Amino acid sequence: MPRWFFPASVVCFLMFVASPVLIANAPYEATMGLVQKIFYYHVPSAMTFFVAAFVCGVNSWRYLFGKSAQADRVAAAAAELAVVFGAITLVTGPLWARKSWGVWWQWDVRLTSSLMMWMIFVAYLLVRKYGGAGSEKLAAGLALFGMANVPFVYISVNVWRTIHPTTNVVPTLPVSMGGPFWFCLAAFLLLFVLLLQLRVQLERQRARVDALYLALED
Amino acid sequence: MSAFFRVAWIVLRKDLTVEVRSREVVYTTLFFAVSCVLVFSFALVKEGRAMEDAAAGILWIAIAFAGTLALGRTFERERQAETLRALLLAPADRPAIYVGKLAGIVALLLAAEAILVPLIALLFQASALFSRPFWLGAILLAGTVGYCAVGTLFAAMLIRARSRDVLLPVLLYPITIPVIIAGVRGTAVLLEPQPDVAMVRFWVALLVAFDTVFVTLALWTFEPLMTE
Amino acid sequence: MTRRLFASLLLVLTLAPGAAARQPSQPPQRQDEFVPLSELPPEERLPSAPLLVAAYAFVWLALGGYVLSVARRLTSVQKEVERLDADVRRGTRA
Repeated sequence: MPRWFFPASVVCFLMFVASPVLIANAPYEATMGLVQKIFYYHVPSAMTFFVAAFVCGVNSWRYLFGKSAQADRVAAAAAELAVVFGAITLVTGPLWARKSWGVWWQWDVRLTSSLMMWMIFVAYLLVRKYGGAGSEKLAAGLALFGMANVPFVYISVNVWRTIHPTTNVVPTLPVSMGGPFWFCLAAFLLLFVLLLQLRVQLERQRARVDALYLALED
Repeated sequence: MSAFFRVAWIVLRKDLTVEVRSREVVYTTLFFAVSCVLVFSFALVKEGRAMEDAAAGILWIAIAFAGTLALGRTFERERQAETLRALLLAPADRPAIYVGKLAGIVALLLAAEAILVPLIALLFQASALFSRPFWLGAILLAGTVGYCAVGTLFAAMLIRARSRDVLLPVLLYPITIPVIIAGVRGTAVLLEPQPDVAMVRFWVALLVAFDTVFVTLALWTFEPLMTE
Repeated sequence: MTRRLFASLLLVLTLAPGAAARQPSQPPQRQDEFVPLSELPPEERLPSAPLLVAAYAFVWLALGGYVLSVARRLTSVQKEVERLDADVRRGTRA
């Protein structure tokens, strides 16, 4: 593991421990009240989901066209993280929506396309696990389609009339809300980098195991 | 450039010839699609009659399921006869092979739709579908091409994979959700008493946009994905 | 890993039916007049706190569970690497 990993992990842990304090001190939103505070974890996890999807797609491209084995490892790790952060987004969102919209779920563009993108990365993991030999390439092809979705999901809420808030909310946050928000976003992105590093390490060790088995057969 | 289309045409003609001789995939896919529609018309029943609002959705579900079956069977046939290796060894542009295969499967599905649409119009009192035949044809063509574009790519890639039967739907359905949504919504607009042509045009335009993106992505990735 | 994947999928899926059961029969209506929260009868007020707590609890559990999963897989692979390393060294020595 690289030298920055353990100090960075400690920093990340402290940031997460501190975040509820910052969030509790942030002002209440006028119409939604207490439940709006889910925002401080929901939006950063959604952004991390997009970042993970993008990282997976870029590395899948590098694997398919550049034949880089390391890129394949990073893509596999990023896909798993995309599923985790996507699941967090898709659970915290409806919990917030239940109170603010009155329904757990609506088939509007943002929600539908996010769910679809999440399912693509679940399918990626299923293919890698059960596809047999050569499944890395199949999964990489799938990830390219998943990555193509990311800008669509982000913009969808501005182009169509949806019940989900538009992307205008984050840039226009007042400082009292913006502070905790950017802090939580930084914590989530740092966590993503750390988890990616950890997961890639796992892939690297698995590759070593395969190489050792081959060496043993000689 | 003409070599590209010549190769695609040769592959398409080969597929059509094989299919015309055995008619296996056409008959089984058609029968499956019809059974699918019947099951839905029995399942979605309101006050003893089939739900009319469900016609658009059922049409596209039948297309999606039948398409998955047709894709699986077509490439399974290639795998069993080991003709895919021959295709890949041929001195032909790989993307051209993809286009030829895509055209074959689209032709197959369009033939199935020619039977399905009248059947659904009959079972669900949806003869309004034929009031704007041009737009109906446009939606069906654009939707089928989009669905098959992704399907052909994944079915070809999955030939050598384990669990390929279940993995094809697993891979295909999440990605083709926009195609299905646009197809259903476009068809549903046609079923309204006063169809709003502008809305239909919007959905067709969206489908064409998806088709362009999917076919382009598939053409780019077919080459590296098929090098086995 | 499959079990975890399956478990998280099941979790998301089990939330859905429970949610659907409590869905109001109509989609959200556009409001014509504002009613202060204090004037709503207590049965119609939806408490936020359980939702907020559930959301944060889920985030922490999901992230913690994932970290544990990776750590567990990493230690088991590490052990296998050490075992194989020893075998290879024994093989080349002999």
